Amino acid sequence: MIWQFDLIILTLVVISGIAAISIRDLLGASVLFGAYSFLMCLAWAAMGAVDVAFTEASVGAGVSTVFFVAAVFRTSRRSKD
Amino acid sequence: MDFPAYGDPESPASQHVSPYYIEKAIEDTAVPNLVTAVLADYRGYDTLFETAVIFTAGLACFILLRRFRREPPQFRLYRHLDTGVTLIIEQGGKEPTDSDEFRRIDSQWVPYDLIMQKAVGLVVPFLQLFALYVIAHGHHSPGGGFQGGVIFGATLILIAISNDLRSTTRRISETISSKLASTGVLIYAGTGALCLLLGANFLNYSQLSKLIHVSTVMARSHGILLIEIGVGLAVAAVMIWIYYNLVSAGRHDEGL
Amino acid sequence: MPDLLSLFLAKYNYWVVIFLMMIGLYAMMAKNNLVKKIIGMNIFQTAVILFYVSIATKHDASIPIIGHGHNGHHAIHAADYMNPLPHVLMLTAIVVSVATLGVALALAVKAYQQHDTLEEDEIIEQLKTDYLSQQ
Repeated sequence: MIWQFDLIILTLVVISGIAAISIRDLLGASVLFGAYSFLMCLAWAAMGAVDVAFTEASVGAGVSTVFFVAAVFRTSRRSKD
Repeated sequence: MDFPAYGDPESPASQHVSPYYIEKAIEDTAVPNLVTAVLADYRGYDTLFETAVIFTAGLACFILLRRFRREPPQFRLYRHLDTGVTLIIEQGGKEPTDSDEFRRIDSQWVPYDLIMQKAVGLVVPFLQLFALYVIAHGHHSPGGGFQGGVIFGATLILIAISNDLRSTTRRISETISSKLASTGVLIYAGTGALCLLLGANFLNYSQLSKLIHVSTVMARSHGILLIEIGVGLAVAAVMIWIYYNLVSAGRHDEGL
Repeated sequence: MPDLLSLFLAKYNYWVVIFLMMIGLYAMMAKNNLVKKIIGMNIFQTAVILFYVSIATKHDASIPIIGHGHNGHHAIHAADYMNPLPHVLMLTAIVVSVATLGVALALAVKAYQQHDTLEEDEIIEQLKTDYLSQQ
Protein backbone atom coordinates (compact mmCIF):
# COMPACT_ATOMS: atom_id res chain seq x y z
CA MET A 1 0.00 0.00 0.00
CA ILE A 2 2.11 2.86 -1.26
CA TRP A 3 0.51 5.95 0.18
CA GLN A 4 1.53 8.34 -2.57
CA PHE A 5 -0.28 6.16 -5.07
CA ASP A 6 -3.42 6.21 -2.94
CA LEU A 7 -3.21 9.97 -2.61
CA ILE A 8 -3.06 10.60 -6.35
CA ILE A 9 -5.88 8.19 -7.17
CA LEU A 10 -8.17 9.58 -4.47
CA THR A 11 -7.56 13.15 -5.65
CA LEU A 12 -8.54 12.11 -9.18
CA VAL A 13 -11.65 10.43 -7.73
CA VAL A 14 -12.76 13.65 -6.09
CA ILE A 15 -12.14 15.67 -9.27
CA SER A 16 -14.14 13.29 -11.46
CA GLY A 17 -16.94 13.16 -8.88
CA ILE A 18 -17.28 16.96 -8.91
CA ALA A 19 -17.15 16.98 -12.71
CA ALA A 20 -19.82 14.28 -13.05
CA ILE A 21 -22.43 16.36 -11.29
CA SER A 22 -21.55 19.73 -12.79
CA ILE A 23 -21.63 18.94 -16.47
CA ARG A 24 -24.83 19.83 -18.31
CA ASP A 25 -24.86 17.22 -21.03
CA LEU A 26 -26.35 14.09 -19.47
CA LEU A 27 -24.50 11.72 -21.79
CA GLY A 28 -21.20 13.27 -20.70
CA ALA A 29 -22.29 12.96 -17.08
CA SER A 30 -22.87 9.22 -17.50
CA VAL A 31 -19.48 8.73 -19.15
CA LEU A 32 -17.79 10.70 -16.36
CA PHE A 33 -19.67 8.54 -13.88
CA GLY A 34 -18.14 5.50 -15.55
CA ALA A 35 -14.68 7.07 -15.17
CA TYR A 36 -15.37 7.83 -11.48
CA SER A 37 -16.41 4.24 -10.93
CA PHE A 38 -13.29 2.90 -12.61
CA LEU A 39 -10.99 5.15 -10.57
CA MET A 40 -12.69 3.92 -7.38
CA CYS A 41 -11.98 0.36 -8.53
CA LEU A 42 -8.29 1.26 -8.90
CA ALA A 43 -8.25 2.82 -5.42
CA TRP A 44 -9.68 -0.31 -3.85
CA ALA A 45 -7.29 -2.56 -5.73
CA ALA A 46 -4.41 -0.42 -4.45
CA MET A 47 -5.74 -0.90 -0.91
CA GLY A 48 -5.82 -4.67 -1.29
CA ALA A 49 -9.55 -5.33 -1.70
CA VAL A 50 -9.33 -7.35 -4.90
CA ASP A 51 -12.78 -8.94 -4.82
CA VAL A 52 -14.47 -5.61 -4.23
CA ALA A 53 -12.42 -4.03 -7.05
CA PHE A 54 -13.38 -6.84 -9.47
CA THR A 55 -17.06 -6.40 -8.65
CA GLU A 56 -16.94 -2.63 -9.01
CA ALA A 57 -15.10 -2.90 -12.34
CA SER A 58 -17.70 -5.21 -13.83
CA VAL A 59 -20.74 -3.57 -12.22
CA GLY A 60 -19.87 0.10 -12.02
CA ALA A 61 -17.76 0.67 -15.08
CA GLY A 62 -19.71 -1.84 -17.16
CA VAL A 63 -23.37 -2.43 -16.58
CA SER A 64 -24.15 0.73 -14.62
CA THR A 65 -22.86 3.05 -17.36
CA VAL A 66 -24.92 1.12 -19.95
CA PHE A 67 -28.05 1.59 -17.83
CA PHE A 68 -27.43 5.33 -17.61
CA VAL A 69 -26.90 5.65 -21.36
CA ALA A 70 -30.06 3.63 -22.02
CA ALA A 71 -32.09 5.87 -19.70
CA VAL A 72 -30.67 9.06 -21.27
CA PHE A 73 -31.56 7.64 -24.70
CA ARG A 74 -35.20 7.37 -23.64
CA THR A 75 -35.38 10.80 -21.97
CA SER A 76 -33.82 14.10 -22.93
CA ARG A 77 -30.12 14.66 -23.22
CA ARG A 78 -29.87 18.28 -22.11
CA SER A 79 -30.37 19.36 -18.54
CA LYS A 80 -31.02 22.87 -17.37
CA ASP A 81 -28.65 22.99 -14.46
CA MET B 1 -9.64 12.52 15.49
CA ASP B 2 -10.50 9.45 17.49
CA PHE B 3 -10.45 7.18 14.48
CA PRO B 4 -7.97 4.31 14.66
CA ALA B 5 -4.85 4.94 12.62
CA TYR B 6 -4.98 3.89 9.01
CA GLY B 7 -3.75 0.33 8.58
CA ASP B 8 -3.48 -0.64 12.21
CA PRO B 9 -3.69 -4.41 12.79
CA GLU B 10 -4.94 -3.86 16.34
CA SER B 11 -7.88 -1.68 15.35
CA PRO B 12 -11.27 -2.78 16.74
CA ALA B 13 -12.56 -3.82 13.33
CA SER B 14 -9.97 -6.58 13.13
CA GLN B 15 -10.38 -7.99 16.60
CA HIS B 16 -13.44 -9.99 17.38
CA VAL B 17 -14.62 -12.44 14.74
CA SER B 18 -12.35 -11.89 11.75
CA PRO B 19 -9.19 -13.55 13.19
CA TYR B 20 -11.30 -16.71 13.53
CA TYR B 21 -12.34 -16.43 9.88
CA ILE B 22 -8.78 -15.90 8.68
CA GLU B 23 -7.25 -18.71 10.68
CA LYS B 24 -9.90 -21.37 10.42
CA ALA B 25 -11.33 -20.98 6.92
CA ILE B 26 -8.94 -23.44 5.24
CA GLU B 27 -9.44 -26.20 7.75
CA ASP B 28 -13.20 -25.71 7.87
CA THR B 29 -13.99 -25.31 4.19
CA ALA B 30 -10.80 -25.91 2.10
CA VAL B 31 -11.35 -22.68 0.15
CA PRO B 32 -8.29 -20.39 -0.09
CA ASN B 33 -10.22 -17.29 -1.12
CA LEU B 34 -11.31 -15.96 2.26
CA VAL B 35 -13.89 -13.55 0.87
CA THR B 36 -15.74 -16.33 -1.00
CA ALA B 37 -15.62 -18.58 2.06
CA VAL B 38 -17.06 -15.93 4.36
CA LEU B 39 -19.62 -14.74 1.77
CA ALA B 40 -21.03 -18.12 0.85
CA ASP B 41 -20.52 -20.22 3.95
CA TYR B 42 -20.17 -18.26 7.17
CA ARG B 43 -22.53 -15.46 6.05
CA GLY B 44 -24.60 -17.38 3.53
CA TYR B 45 -27.92 -16.08 4.80
CA ASP B 46 -27.06 -12.51 3.78
CA THR B 47 -26.14 -13.64 0.30
CA LEU B 48 -29.45 -15.45 -0.11
CA PHE B 49 -31.40 -12.30 0.56
CA GLU B 50 -29.10 -10.23 -1.60
CA THR B 51 -29.93 -12.52 -4.51
CA ALA B 52 -33.59 -12.08 -3.68
CA VAL B 53 -33.09 -8.28 -3.76
CA ILE B 54 -31.57 -8.46 -7.24
CA PHE B 55 -34.48 -10.55 -8.45
CA THR B 56 -36.95 -8.10 -6.90
CA ALA B 57 -35.25 -5.19 -8.66
CA GLY B 58 -35.68 -6.91 -12.02
CA LEU B 59 -39.30 -7.61 -11.19
CA ALA B 60 -39.86 -3.97 -10.14
CA CYS B 61 -38.47 -2.64 -13.43
CA PHE B 62 -40.74 -5.03 -15.30
CA ILE B 63 -43.83 -3.96 -13.35
CA LEU B 64 -43.06 -0.24 -13.71
CA LEU B 65 -42.27 -0.06 -17.38
CA ARG B 66 -43.64 -2.95 -19.35
CA ARG B 67 -46.39 -2.16 -21.78
CA PHE B 68 -47.97 -4.89 -23.79
CA ARG B 69 -48.82 -3.11 -26.97
CA ARG B 70 -52.44 -3.14 -28.12
CA GLU B 71 -52.22 -1.18 -31.35
CA PRO B 72 -49.45 -1.16 -34.01
CA PRO B 73 -47.34 2.02 -34.42
CA GLN B 74 -48.11 4.96 -36.70
CA PHE B 75 -45.61 4.13 -39.38
CA ARG B 76 -42.75 1.73 -40.00
CA LEU B 77 -39.51 2.46 -41.82
CA TYR B 78 -38.03 0.11 -44.37
CA ARG B 79 -34.71 0.59 -46.09
CA HIS B 80 -33.85 -0.65 -49.57
CA LEU B 81 -30.41 -2.20 -49.27
CA ASP B 82 -29.01 -1.52 -52.73
CA THR B 83 -29.95 2.09 -53.24
CA GLY B 84 -30.26 3.32 -49.65
CA VAL B 85 -33.78 4.66 -50.12
CA THR B 86 -35.94 4.62 -46.98
CA LEU B 87 -39.65 3.96 -47.29
CA ILE B 88 -42.18 5.18 -44.73
CA ILE B 89 -45.17 2.85 -44.71
CA GLU B 90 -48.19 4.15 -42.83
CA GLN B 91 -50.50 2.03 -40.76
CA GLY B 92 -52.61 -0.24 -42.91
CA GLY B 93 -50.19 -0.39 -45.82
CA LYS B 94 -48.59 -3.53 -47.13
CA GLU B 95 -45.15 -4.11 -45.64
CA PRO B 96 -42.28 -6.08 -47.28
CA THR B 97 -41.72 -8.23 -44.23
CA ASP B 98 -39.89 -11.26 -45.61
CA SER B 99 -38.02 -9.69 -48.45
CA ASP B 100 -34.26 -9.83 -48.94
CA GLU B 101 -33.98 -6.36 -50.34
CA PHE B 102 -35.67 -4.45 -47.55
CA ARG B 103 -34.64 -4.23 -43.92
CA ARG B 104 -36.66 -2.72 -41.12
CA ILE B 105 -34.89 0.09 -39.25
CA ASP B 106 -35.75 1.88 -36.03
CA SER B 107 -37.53 5.21 -36.08
CA GLN B 108 -34.72 6.93 -34.20
CA TRP B 109 -32.43 5.85 -37.02
CA VAL B 110 -29.55 4.24 -35.21
CA PRO B 111 -27.27 3.30 -38.14
CA TYR B 112 -26.61 -0.31 -38.95
CA ASP B 113 -22.98 -1.41 -38.96
CA LEU B 114 -21.92 -4.74 -40.41
CA ILE B 115 -18.37 -4.59 -39.04
CA MET B 116 -19.58 -4.08 -35.49
CA GLN B 117 -22.05 -6.93 -35.74
CA LYS B 118 -19.54 -9.45 -37.07
CA ALA B 119 -16.73 -8.37 -34.74
CA VAL B 120 -18.95 -8.69 -31.69
CA GLY B 121 -20.13 -12.07 -32.93
CA LEU B 122 -16.52 -13.26 -33.02
CA VAL B 123 -15.56 -11.91 -29.58
CA VAL B 124 -18.62 -12.82 -27.49
CA PRO B 125 -17.97 -16.60 -27.11
CA PHE B 126 -14.58 -15.86 -25.51
CA LEU B 127 -16.13 -13.33 -23.16
CA GLN B 128 -18.75 -15.85 -22.08
CA LEU B 129 -16.07 -18.47 -21.53
CA PHE B 130 -14.20 -15.98 -19.35
CA ALA B 131 -17.38 -15.32 -17.35
CA LEU B 132 -17.83 -19.06 -16.71
CA TYR B 133 -14.14 -19.29 -15.74
CA VAL B 134 -14.60 -16.52 -13.17
CA ILE B 135 -17.58 -18.34 -11.62
CA ALA B 136 -15.79 -21.68 -11.52
CA HIS B 137 -12.53 -20.33 -10.07
CA GLY B 138 -14.09 -18.34 -7.27
CA HIS B 139 -12.41 -20.62 -4.76
CA HIS B 140 -8.81 -19.88 -5.67
CA SER B 141 -8.73 -16.43 -7.25
CA PRO B 142 -10.72 -13.21 -6.93
CA GLY B 143 -14.10 -13.74 -8.47
CA GLY B 144 -17.10 -15.80 -7.64
CA GLY B 145 -20.75 -15.91 -8.53
CA PHE B 146 -21.58 -12.21 -8.75
CA GLN B 147 -18.67 -11.10 -10.88
CA GLY B 148 -19.08 -13.95 -13.38
CA GLY B 149 -22.81 -13.42 -13.54
CA VAL B 150 -22.47 -9.70 -14.24
CA ILE B 151 -19.89 -10.33 -16.99
CA PHE B 152 -22.20 -12.89 -18.59
CA GLY B 153 -25.11 -10.46 -18.47
CA ALA B 154 -22.88 -7.80 -20.00
CA THR B 155 -22.12 -10.08 -22.96
CA LEU B 156 -25.84 -10.49 -23.58
CA ILE B 157 -26.25 -6.70 -23.44
CA LEU B 158 -23.41 -6.41 -25.96
CA ILE B 159 -25.24 -8.74 -28.34
CA ALA B 160 -28.39 -6.65 -27.92
CA ILE B 161 -26.53 -3.41 -28.70
CA SER B 162 -24.68 -4.62 -31.78
CA ASN B 163 -27.61 -6.38 -33.40
CA ASP B 164 -30.92 -4.66 -33.05
CA LEU B 165 -33.23 -5.29 -30.12
CA ARG B 166 -35.91 -7.25 -31.92
CA SER B 167 -33.63 -10.06 -33.10
CA THR B 168 -32.14 -10.43 -29.62
CA THR B 169 -35.61 -10.53 -28.08
CA ARG B 170 -36.51 -13.32 -30.43
CA ARG B 171 -33.48 -15.35 -29.30
CA ILE B 172 -33.45 -14.64 -25.57
CA SER B 173 -37.02 -13.72 -24.86
CA GLU B 174 -38.14 -12.04 -21.68
CA THR B 175 -39.98 -15.17 -20.54
CA ILE B 176 -36.75 -17.18 -20.60
CA SER B 177 -34.73 -14.58 -18.72
CA SER B 178 -37.33 -14.12 -15.99
CA LYS B 179 -37.62 -17.87 -15.53
CA LEU B 180 -33.82 -18.24 -15.37
CA ALA B 181 -33.65 -15.52 -12.73
CA SER B 182 -36.17 -17.27 -10.50
CA THR B 183 -34.39 -20.60 -11.13
CA GLY B 184 -31.17 -19.10 -9.81
CA VAL B 185 -32.80 -18.02 -6.56
CA LEU B 186 -34.48 -21.43 -6.36
CA ILE B 187 -31.12 -23.25 -6.68
CA TYR B 188 -29.72 -21.22 -3.80
CA ALA B 189 -32.71 -21.67 -1.50
CA GLY B 190 -33.08 -25.27 -2.61
CA THR B 191 -29.55 -26.13 -1.52
CA GLY B 192 -30.32 -24.64 1.88
CA ALA B 193 -33.58 -26.54 2.13
CA LEU B 194 -31.79 -29.75 1.11
CA CYS B 195 -29.44 -29.32 4.04
CA LEU B 196 -32.48 -28.78 6.23
CA LEU B 197 -34.09 -31.98 4.99
CA LEU B 198 -30.90 -33.94 5.64
CA GLY B 199 -30.97 -33.13 9.29
CA ALA B 200 -29.14 -29.93 10.30
CA ASN B 201 -29.70 -26.16 10.12
CA PHE B 202 -30.66 -24.27 6.99
CA LEU B 203 -27.57 -23.69 4.80
CA ASN B 204 -25.27 -25.96 6.80
CA TYR B 205 -23.45 -27.55 3.88
CA SER B 206 -21.63 -30.21 5.87
CA GLN B 207 -24.83 -32.26 5.75
CA LEU B 208 -24.38 -32.66 2.00
CA SER B 209 -21.69 -35.24 2.78
CA LYS B 210 -24.52 -37.70 3.44
CA LEU B 211 -25.58 -37.41 -0.20
CA ILE B 212 -22.28 -37.15 -2.06
CA HIS B 213 -20.07 -39.30 0.23
CA VAL B 214 -17.09 -36.99 0.57
CA SER B 215 -15.63 -35.60 3.78
CA THR B 216 -17.43 -32.82 5.61
CA VAL B 217 -14.84 -30.23 4.61
CA MET B 218 -15.12 -31.02 0.89
CA ALA B 219 -18.93 -31.06 1.18
CA ARG B 220 -18.79 -27.46 2.31
CA SER B 221 -16.55 -26.57 -0.61
CA HIS B 222 -18.94 -28.18 -3.09
CA GLY B 223 -21.92 -26.52 -1.44
CA ILE B 224 -20.23 -23.14 -1.97
CA LEU B 225 -19.75 -23.95 -5.68
CA LEU B 226 -23.41 -24.91 -6.04
CA ILE B 227 -24.73 -21.68 -4.62
CA GLU B 228 -22.25 -19.62 -6.66
CA ILE B 229 -23.75 -21.18 -9.79
CA GLY B 230 -27.24 -20.23 -8.60
CA VAL B 231 -26.19 -16.66 -7.87
CA GLY B 232 -24.43 -16.26 -11.23
CA LEU B 233 -27.46 -17.51 -13.13
CA ALA B 234 -29.82 -15.15 -11.30
CA VAL B 235 -27.61 -12.08 -11.75
CA ALA B 236 -27.00 -12.66 -15.48
CA ALA B 237 -30.70 -13.10 -16.21
CA VAL B 238 -31.69 -10.00 -14.22
CA MET B 239 -29.11 -7.81 -16.00
CA ILE B 240 -30.52 -8.54 -19.43
CA TRP B 241 -34.09 -8.30 -18.12
CA ILE B 242 -33.54 -4.79 -16.73
CA TYR B 243 -31.77 -3.75 -19.94
CA TYR B 244 -34.67 -4.88 -22.12
CA ASN B 245 -37.19 -2.92 -20.07
CA LEU B 246 -35.06 0.18 -19.69
CA VAL B 247 -33.82 0.77 -23.23
CA SER B 248 -37.15 0.37 -24.98
CA ALA B 249 -39.24 1.97 -22.17
CA GLY B 250 -41.19 -1.24 -21.87
CA ARG B 251 -42.31 -1.76 -25.41
CA HIS B 252 -39.52 -4.11 -26.58
CA ASP B 253 -39.51 -2.90 -30.16
CA GLU B 254 -36.72 -0.38 -30.65
CA GLY B 255 -33.52 0.03 -28.75
CA LEU B 256 -29.99 1.40 -28.74
CA MET C 1 0.54 24.07 11.71
CA PRO C 2 2.78 21.08 10.81
CA ASP C 3 0.71 19.13 13.32
CA LEU C 4 -2.47 19.90 11.35
CA LEU C 5 -0.89 18.91 8.05
CA SER C 6 0.45 15.60 9.37
CA LEU C 7 -2.94 14.94 10.97
CA PHE C 8 -4.57 15.53 7.61
CA LEU C 9 -2.16 13.34 5.68
CA ALA C 10 -2.18 10.45 8.13
CA LYS C 11 -5.92 9.92 7.75
CA TYR C 12 -6.32 11.12 4.20
CA ASN C 13 -8.75 8.36 3.31
CA TYR C 14 -11.29 9.47 5.87
CA TRP C 15 -11.19 13.09 4.73
CA VAL C 16 -11.83 11.99 1.15
CA VAL C 17 -14.75 9.86 2.34
CA ILE C 18 -16.35 12.83 4.10
CA PHE C 19 -15.77 15.04 1.06
CA LEU C 20 -17.34 12.57 -1.34
CA MET C 21 -20.32 12.04 0.93
CA MET C 22 -20.97 15.76 0.99
CA ILE C 23 -20.67 15.98 -2.79
CA GLY C 24 -23.20 13.16 -3.16
CA LEU C 25 -25.57 14.74 -0.63
CA TYR C 26 -25.36 18.12 -2.36
CA ALA C 27 -26.18 16.52 -5.71
CA MET C 28 -29.15 14.67 -4.26
CA MET C 29 -30.65 17.72 -2.57
CA ALA C 30 -29.79 20.76 -4.62
CA LYS C 31 -29.78 19.71 -8.25
CA ASN C 32 -33.03 19.93 -10.18
CA ASN C 33 -32.48 17.24 -12.76
CA LEU C 34 -33.56 13.73 -11.81
CA VAL C 35 -30.61 11.96 -13.44
CA LYS C 36 -28.16 14.20 -11.56
CA LYS C 37 -29.85 13.20 -8.32
CA ILE C 38 -29.38 9.55 -9.20
CA ILE C 39 -25.68 10.13 -9.94
CA GLY C 40 -25.39 11.81 -6.52
CA MET C 41 -26.98 8.80 -4.85
CA ASN C 42 -24.40 6.51 -6.42
CA ILE C 43 -21.51 8.76 -5.42
CA PHE C 44 -22.77 8.62 -1.84
CA GLN C 45 -22.95 4.83 -1.94
CA THR C 46 -19.42 4.38 -3.26
CA ALA C 47 -18.09 6.81 -0.64
CA VAL C 48 -19.54 4.63 2.14
CA ILE C 49 -17.99 1.56 0.52
CA LEU C 50 -14.60 3.35 0.43
CA PHE C 51 -14.93 4.00 4.16
CA TYR C 52 -15.48 0.35 5.01
CA VAL C 53 -12.70 -0.87 2.74
CA SER C 54 -10.20 1.55 4.27
CA ILE C 55 -11.07 0.25 7.73
CA ALA C 56 -10.15 -3.25 6.66
CA THR C 57 -6.55 -2.51 5.63
CA LYS C 58 -3.49 -3.52 7.61
CA HIS C 59 0.11 -2.44 7.13
CA ASP C 60 2.37 -5.08 5.50
CA ALA C 61 -0.47 -7.52 5.02
CA SER C 62 -1.33 -9.35 1.84
CA ILE C 63 -4.65 -9.74 0.05
CA PRO C 64 -7.17 -12.08 1.71
CA ILE C 65 -6.35 -15.13 -0.42
CA ILE C 66 -4.25 -17.81 1.24
CA GLY C 67 -1.42 -19.00 -1.00
CA HIS C 68 -0.71 -22.59 -1.92
CA GLY C 69 2.16 -23.18 0.47
CA HIS C 70 0.03 -22.71 3.54
CA ASN C 71 -2.50 -25.50 3.16
CA GLY C 72 -2.31 -26.92 6.63
CA HIS C 73 1.48 -26.77 6.94
CA HIS C 74 2.15 -23.52 8.79
CA ALA C 75 -0.11 -21.77 11.20
CA ILE C 76 -1.90 -18.83 9.66
CA HIS C 77 -1.46 -15.57 11.55
CA ALA C 78 -4.32 -13.14 11.42
CA ALA C 79 -1.97 -10.17 11.17
CA ASP C 80 -0.61 -11.34 7.80
CA TYR C 81 -3.85 -11.07 5.88
CA MET C 82 -6.27 -8.25 5.38
CA ASN C 83 -9.58 -8.37 7.18
CA PRO C 84 -12.06 -10.10 4.85
CA LEU C 85 -15.25 -9.23 6.71
CA PRO C 86 -15.79 -5.65 5.46
CA HIS C 87 -14.99 -6.83 1.92
CA VAL C 88 -17.86 -9.32 2.14
CA LEU C 89 -20.33 -6.73 3.38
CA MET C 90 -19.29 -4.31 0.65
CA LEU C 91 -19.78 -6.91 -2.07
CA THR C 92 -23.41 -7.08 -1.03
CA ALA C 93 -23.58 -3.29 -0.96
CA ILE C 94 -22.27 -2.91 -4.52
CA VAL C 95 -24.77 -5.41 -5.91
CA VAL C 96 -27.64 -3.76 -4.05
CA SER C 97 -26.54 -0.38 -5.40
CA VAL C 98 -26.80 -1.57 -8.99
CA ALA C 99 -30.25 -2.99 -8.30
CA THR C 100 -31.36 0.32 -6.81
CA LEU C 101 -29.88 2.15 -9.82
CA GLY C 102 -31.98 0.04 -12.18
CA VAL C 103 -35.21 0.80 -10.33
CA ALA C 104 -34.39 4.52 -9.96
CA LEU C 105 -33.74 4.89 -13.69
CA ALA C 106 -37.01 3.06 -14.44
CA LEU C 107 -38.82 5.60 -12.26
CA ALA C 108 -37.10 8.48 -14.06
CA VAL C 109 -38.14 7.14 -17.48
CA LYS C 110 -41.71 6.74 -16.22
CA ALA C 111 -41.74 10.31 -14.87
CA TYR C 112 -40.50 11.58 -18.24
CA GLN C 113 -43.28 9.72 -20.01
CA GLN C 114 -45.89 11.38 -17.79
CA HIS C 115 -44.60 14.95 -17.64
CA ASP C 116 -42.31 15.28 -20.68
CA THR C 117 -39.52 16.86 -18.65
CA LEU C 118 -36.86 15.74 -16.19
CA GLU C 119 -36.52 18.94 -14.16
CA GLU C 120 -37.99 18.76 -10.71
CA ASP C 121 -39.39 22.31 -10.49
CA GLU C 122 -41.28 21.96 -13.76
CA ILE C 123 -42.76 18.67 -12.60
CA ILE C 124 -43.93 20.31 -9.36
CA GLU C 125 -45.52 23.17 -11.36
CA GLN C 126 -47.40 20.70 -13.53
CA LEU C 127 -48.62 18.78 -10.51
CA LYS C 128 -49.81 22.00 -8.86
CA THR C 129 -51.77 23.12 -11.91
CA ASP C 130 -53.30 19.67 -12.28
CA TYR C 131 -54.36 19.68 -8.65
CA LEU C 132 -55.80 23.19 -8.83
CA SER C 133 -57.70 22.46 -12.02
CA GLN C 134 -59.34 19.50 -10.40
CA GLN C 135 -60.78 21.52 -7.51
